[in-house]
Parts: sequence; C-alpha cells; structure tokens
Amino acid sequence: MSAEAHSVVAPSTGWRRFAAVVVIAYALAMLVPLGWIFITGFKSPNDAIAYPPKVFFEPSLEGYVNVFTTRTRQSQEYMDSLPPPETWYDELVRSRNMVIAGPSRFGQRFMNSLIVGFGATFLTVFLGTLAAYAFSRFKVPLKDDLLFFILSTRMMPPIAVAIPIFLMYRTLGLNDTHLGLILLYTAVNLSLAVWLLKGFMDEIPREYEEAALIDGYTRLQAFRKVVLPQAMTGIAATAIFCLIFSWNEYAFALLLTSGQAQTAPPFIPTIIGEGGLDWPAVAAGATLFMIPVLVFTVLLRKHLLRGITFGAVRK
Amino acid sequence: MAEVRLTGVSKSFGKTVAIRDVDLAVADGEFVVLLGPTGAGKTTTLRTVAGLERPETGTVHIGGKDVTRSAPAERDVAFVFQQYSLYPHLTVFENMAFPLRSPARRVPEDRITERVGQVAEMLRIDHKLANKATRLSGGEMQRVAIGRALVRDPSIFLMDEPLSSLDAKLRAGLRVELKRIQYELGATILYVTHDQIEAMTLATRVGVLNQGRLVQIGTPKQIYEDPDDIYVAGRLGSPRINLVPAGVIAVPAPPGTATVGLRTEHVEIGRDGTPATIDRIEHLGDQSRAHMTVAGTPFTVLVDAHTDLAPGDSVGLSPRAPLFFDAAGTRIRA
Repeated sequence: MSAEAHSVVAPSTGWRRFAAVVVIAYALAMLVPLGWIFITGFKSPNDAIAYPPKVFFEPSLEGYVNVFTTRTRQSQEYMDSLPPPETWYDELVRSRNMVIAGPSRFGQRFMNSLIVGFGATFLTVFLGTLAAYAFSRFKVPLKDDLLFFILSTRMMPPIAVAIPIFLMYRTLGLNDTHLGLILLYTAVNLSLAVWLLKGFMDEIPREYEEAALIDGYTRLQAFRKVVLPQAMTGIAATAIFCLIFSWNEYAFALLLTSGQAQTAPPFIPTIIGEGGLDWPAVAAGATLFMIPVLVFTVLLRKHLLRGITFGAVRK
Repeated sequence: MAEVRLTGVSKSFGKTVAIRDVDLAVADGEFVVLLGPTGAGKTTTLRTVAGLERPETGTVHIGGKDVTRSAPAERDVAFVFQQYSLYPHLTVFENMAFPLRSPARRVPEDRITERVGQVAEMLRIDHKLANKATRLSGGEMQRVAIGRALVRDPSIFLMDEPLSSLDAKLRAGLRVELKRIQYELGATILYVTHDQIEAMTLATRVGVLNQGRLVQIGTPKQIYEDPDDIYVAGRLGSPRINLVPAGVIAVPAPPGTATVGLRTEHVEIGRDGTPATIDRIEHLGDQSRAHMTVAGTPFTVLVDAHTDLAPGDSVGLSPRAPLFFDAAGTRIRA
C-alpha cells in the first residue's frame, strides 16, 4: 500500500472524482443560462424563438443593431427609392424592409446604470469605511446597540418599504433622479458595508496607527497613510458586493425611475420588436450589461478571494 | 536627548489598576530598563510617556516641559514596539523614512535618503532597503523597527520588549548592538523587558515593577545584591534565590526575620552546617545545580561543573551573605 492510501486527510480518488463531477455540474448549471443569453444575442429573431431551440444557427448582429437603434418599417417603393446602404448595419436593417430612425435609449440607460451603480458604490464604501473605522477604534456610546441597529436595517426586504419610499421621494422631488437611486442603494448597502469593513478594520493591529501617531502623524493622516492601504482588500471586496447589488437592482429602479434616470435593468425587458419582445436585442443588451461588473471584478480579483473567505481562516 | 520625569502617575483600565503612583526619572543619556512580569504595568508606563495613554493622576515631563496632555506627535519620542512594528505595505526604506516624511516634520527628501542610509548602515540592513517589510527575517524586521526610531533624533527612545519575539541567538546579537548604539549616540532610552539578562546587561539603572508599583530602582548591581524587598530579590537571579522560613538554616538572623533569602551561589556545600540530602543534580556544562529539600522547602545550590555529588548524598549547608525579610516581605538590613 502506498503512503497516500493511508492518509487520513487526503480524499480518496473516488471522492475526488465525485467532487469534480459535482463541481462541474454546478458550474454548468450556473453557466448555461449565461451562455444561452450570450448566443441568443447573436441569433436572428426567428432562430431565437425557434422550437426545438437551435444550438447551431447562422450568427447575426441584428440583436446588437436593434438594441442600439429604433427602426421604422417602410413600403417597398420607399425602400427602392433609397440610395444604396452606406454601412453594414444599414444593410442589415434594410434586409428586413426597415430603416434606422435614430439611436435607441439603451446608451443613455447604460450610462445611468454606470452613474448610479458606481456612485452608490463609492458613497457606500466611503461612508462605510469611516463608520467601520470609528466602530473598530473608538469608544462609541451604545456601540453594540448601534451596530445591531445598523444590521437590522437589512432584516426586512427593502421592497417592503417601497410604497413609503415612493411617496417620500415624490414629496422630496427625488423621483427619477440619479441622486435618489444613489441614496437609496447606499442606504440599503451601508449596513453590509459597515459590518464587513469593521471586520477588516478589527484585523489591522492598532500598533500601526500608534506607531504613526508617535512618528508625527495626526489621527487622520495615520488613517490615510497606514490604515487605508491595509484595508484595501476589505474595501475592494465590499465595493464588489455593493456594485453587484446596485448594478442589478430591478424593483426600485422600475418603481422610482421612468424617463431621465432609468437604469438598464428595467429598460432592457422593454425592448419591443415587431410581434412581441425582440429576444436577440434583449439578450444583446443583457450581455453588454454584464461587462462592467465583470471588468470591475476582474480588476479587483486579487483582493476578492481573500475578501470572500474573510473570517474563515484564523491566523 | 532630554530628561524624562514621571511624577505620581497612575492609570487604570476599568477596575484594573495598571500603574499606581509611579515616580521615575530618566536622566539625559541614561539607559533605564523597567523589569517586571506580564501585567506589572511596564508597557502602560511606556505608553504613558509616549502619550498613547493619558494618566488619571500625575504628570509627565520631557526636557522640563509638562507634556501630560500633549498628543504623541508633540512629544518628540520614538517608540519601538514588541511586534507589528513595520508598516507591511511599505518597503524597508519607506518604513524608515516614514517618521521623517510626516507632514509635521517636512524633512527634505535628499536629507531623508542620506539619514536612512546612515542608520541602515549602522544596523547592517542597507542591502535590504528596497525589500518589502514583510519579506524580512525576524531579526531584520526588528532592526528596521529600531532603525525607524533611530532616523529621528528624539528626546527619548521608548522600547517595549523589542527583542522578545526573536530567538535566543538573535536576541543576544541585537542586545550587544543595542548597547553599542546607545553608547555611540549617547541616547536616552527607557526600555521594558521581562528578561533579566537584558535588564542586567543593558541598563544603567533597573526599575523593578510589581503590580503597578515601582518597587525599587537602582543600578543592576544594587538591584541584585541589595534588594529592598522579597519580590525584587526573587525577580533577579537564575536559578531563583532560595527563600526559606527563618530558623531552617543556621544563620544569625536579626529580630523580626520571617524569611531568609540565599542566592544559589551563596551557599557552600560541606560537612558542617544545616544538614540536607541531595535529590537531584543538573549538569549544565559550565556549572551544575544541586537540588535538595531543606525542611520541606526546595533548595538549589550552584556547584562546580565537575562535582562528584550524587543524589542521596547527605551534606551540610553553610550560607554566606544571607538576606533577611520581615513578614511583609520588606528587607531587614543588618
């Protein structure tokens, strides 16, 4: 018998294979819908709703053209009277007997999502970091009660207060504004941010700040020069969680915004084609919508693993 | 460099009294070591001088100026912590330059480079300046920590067990270096340790702390040979001083003596004197220790390395230079 066979910690080959099968099955279950959205974006409208579903199809950029444009159907005579198409997307649209009437609102909605998502994330992390530092380092009266109160704001689903918030926002004129959504997402995320960041702050030994105080720095300078760089892992992880929430939030965005400040999630499903939803356009919009969070997460990924397993490993 | 004086300083944390009515003066250029067990108040004393703790009563003077209520940055002290002393996100150079780069100091960058270079050379870490602070051995880290204090010219260096997290060999090496640096710079140092060898070898004066009180302060020789009370006597000396009830060992004791203290090197083994039986002999190479029981009390005597004493031998103990203590533990001087 080999030494490995006697190991009490190393799993047996059978177990490893079983675990691999479970992990792969889970990964597939998670990835198949995303993959389906991705390929649907490159289908023609007919292929997208074909039954049985088509796995092999002729790829088309129609969905991407449609998500960025509004089009009108024209009579055959009018089509014939037009000069030859100038671009590939003109040609694509004309093959459906339509012309491009102008850009869609997708770009604007996407920009709204960026403003609201990153704005709320920045504000949450900024406030959360300061609050977490204060809770971690100073004698705050009723500290435990305050921390519990902060957490308790998450004990109820936010949508439960949708109506009061809607009425408040209408009175305050925050309806359909970027600021309104930013404030709302900040309020929802802040409790998570404070708790997560406090954990990270607690792990930074006080000696560093004390050393900085003695080295001639003020408390605030010490915070910036010594605490912040070491809290970067926690801040990055918290920022990712906050961005994912505010980026994907649907219900409040639907309720509180309509014209000006509407974000992409409530907009994408409203992309109507002829005879129902334009599924390739919806899928194209959804695919593009995933990119910023993906990029942000990849940029911060070296902090993320440590951030998510936070508290799991005692040093 | 400047003189530091604590007057009647007390500090408690909740219901625990950390230090009680401590009077301590560190003269310019002096190396004072505070010695005591965990929880004796050594670190609190140091932190009070640094301004990291504010005393409830008493005053702290540095260079004749009352700094009791001043912020740490205003006191011009340098602190070497026991551990976590280096900023992990900075390089060795940046760590050592950190105090000089403080907005309050505004040292020009070329002067910083020069000063850090000098100190790094003195501490023999000049080849590590570009390293991340976390990529160093324990001894190097602690040298950088000391270096970060040395780049400045503070009124006093405060060192909180700077060598305790190192292994024995490194500790011995850095101890010698520290003494050399202090000698070369003429620095004023207040140093905290629970290691009596550090205290004896480094200090101009040793202060012994027990339960928040400064029990005795004096030269290492005074503290060892002329302790004021039973605690100080037991604090120094390895193996520990033998403390036996009065009357057990045949010595002329002054009236009121409750306990007799005998250093292990102050007892001679022969035929005459108080009878005892040897339980065990420990051979340490350069010396041997004879363990015995005298009237129910364990008793240790330092003997020759090549002793032919063996367990079971009956011997007689003749003490010299005994120390006498009364029932409260206070020394009775003959």
